[in-house]
Amino acid sequence: MTSAKTLSATPGEAPPESLPFSVDTLLDLYSRMLRIRLVEERLAQVQSEGELPGPVHLYIGQEAVAVGVCAHLTDTDWIASTHRGHGHFLAKSRETPKLVAEVYGRATGVCGGKGGSMHVADVSKGILGANGIVGGGIALATGAALTAKTHGSGAVSVGFFGDGAANQGVLMEALNVAALWKLPLVLVCENNGFSEFSPSETVTAGEIWKRGTPMGIPSRPVDGNDIVAVYRAAGEAVERARRGDGASLLEMRTYRLRGHVEAEKTFLAKTYRTEEEVEARRAQEPLLRARSLLRDCGVNDAAFAAVEAREGAEVDAAFEYAAASPWPDVSTAFQDMFA
Amino acid sequence: MAKKRMVQAINEGIAEEMQRDPRIILFGEDVHISPIGDTRGLIDRFGPSRVINTPISETVMTGMAVGAAATGSRVICHLFYGNFIYTGFDAIANQAAKLRYMLGGQVKLPILFMAMIGGGRSVAAQHSDSMHPILANLGGLNIAMPATPYDAKGMIKAALRADSPTFFLQAAGRGGEAGEVPEEDYILPLGQAAELRKGDAVTIVAIGSMVKPALRACDELAKQGIGATLIDPRTVVPMDYETILRSVAQTGRLVIVDEARKTCSMASEIAATVVERAFASLKAPIRRVAVEDVAMPYSPVLEKAVLPDAARIVAAVRDVVQVEGATND
Repeated sequence: MTSAKTLSATPGEAPPESLPFSVDTLLDLYSRMLRIRLVEERLAQVQSEGELPGPVHLYIGQEAVAVGVCAHLTDTDWIASTHRGHGHFLAKSRETPKLVAEVYGRATGVCGGKGGSMHVADVSKGILGANGIVGGGIALATGAALTAKTHGSGAVSVGFFGDGAANQGVLMEALNVAALWKLPLVLVCENNGFSEFSPSETVTAGEIWKRGTPMGIPSRPVDGNDIVAVYRAAGEAVERARRGDGASLLEMRTYRLRGHVEAEKTFLAKTYRTEEEVEARRAQEPLLRARSLLRDCGVNDAAFAAVEAREGAEVDAAFEYAAASPWPDVSTAFQDMFA
Repeated sequence: MAKKRMVQAINEGIAEEMQRDPRIILFGEDVHISPIGDTRGLIDRFGPSRVINTPISETVMTGMAVGAAATGSRVICHLFYGNFIYTGFDAIANQAAKLRYMLGGQVKLPILFMAMIGGGRSVAAQHSDSMHPILANLGGLNIAMPATPYDAKGMIKAALRADSPTFFLQAAGRGGEAGEVPEEDYILPLGQAAELRKGDAVTIVAIGSMVKPALRACDELAKQGIGATLIDPRTVVPMDYETILRSVAQTGRLVIVDEARKTCSMASEIAATVVERAFASLKAPIRRVAVEDVAMPYSPVLEKAVLPDAARIVAAVRDVVQVEGATND
């Protein structure tokens, strides 16, 4: 994050913006985002083909948030995630095959097939898991921050949650103790515009980021589809937590390009948004914007093609691995309730 | 052995384990001042980074306990009155009881949830529940219900060395009761029932707060010439069914005393298990002495009418002893 290069964020637009990292780093971040996108697109496809045993909540359109935040974290830092959690997992762990195998419900899945899409976790990489309870990760992340603070490990904890979860009472309780105890915690709200099937504005009063300020927590809205903006804001918040100065709240404004859950049109009696709205927002999606930025930095088609080929091959291999993996031994259904 | 009060025994057990293991942290409402005394003085010994006063925020407390435990702390989450378990129930039911399972065994969750439960003190329905059957139904939680200071200290120390979430439910208002507690270090493993009386006519299983009235009932029954075996399971998860079944095989009769409401009580569960596993040895129907399906009332006259006592236990025992001959024995 040292080599600053001057360029314009959108071609032809002034003033130019300086990158907080090298072009190579930007390309790395883009690759991570692309990995997530490709996994999610393939999951959408195999879900429609009836290949998956359970529902999937896809992260398409929000990739910059997970990638931009997790770029600041090491394996000893913690994250707690949401039901839309594949992206957070893939931003912090390289175990793509084990993630896909878990969603397939196979023995080789990262949770042995006992968690599925809503519980993908790689604890060895500091991932406490996706979570089926809206807002469930907030308190888990707060607890991880309490461990870090109490034992002086220097670790930082990030709690991802959606705009829907912002309306769970646990957020107020967590903000209070995080401020009171100066916990090394970054609360990242991904406002993707929808609380399940309800537009945010119909269920949420005021602005979510402002909910941190009365507690004295530095809080701000961020363009969550801009990898550079996410990276910058998360960097400041993570550094602040690591220094021991306490928690931050970031409201990443993004947009959920897929439904709340795949195949939702098969059971919804009416729509909650128009196709025109989705198409308009697609023009602002984070991979498109990152590609545009990279092109401005001189990254050429051959370089993009190389990244796409590499990530595509990784994802192909992960899905082949998952589909070929055995089902879990039924005896495992009766294990792991107690340590 | 020296006599110690229940809260002293608990306090000593926590202090010894916190001294032994620096990973243990304790948090809860008013744990510094400790109105009931079980955590009194720990702040002075272990400091504010390990003994943490929380706001009244059970929702985040129970979830935080899971997050802290999953990341290397050993957590004591003090919930004060048992009914506040309901306020923090989401993370208990959805995270603590399931996270290890959902993650395929990737995490250990060494959490001790402490609360005082049960009625008898005119604090009415929202401070008097006995919710151990609700917790037992979740499947991933150990549940200790000590009836003596000796058991309390031995089990809290065992729970603090365990790697799974454990509820430590003490009978409310009974912290002042004294009992023998040895000076030396000892552990009472979870899942071991105690046989407190030995008799041939009937087996009485009494849980937690019900052990005391059951002991009185045994004394009264002895005067009437009825010998009762009294079993205190000490933990309801894990439940020491072997001890119960062994006794029922000898007596052929079973009375279970539980302060939970009767529907889906632990008494119901024990009865069902004994019927499944030892039907042939039963000489009489099993009787449950539990709280009828009402909330706990405030007035002492009403509360006394609701709570099981020695007289009700004696009556239930006489009932099952008298039906001998009516069965195919």
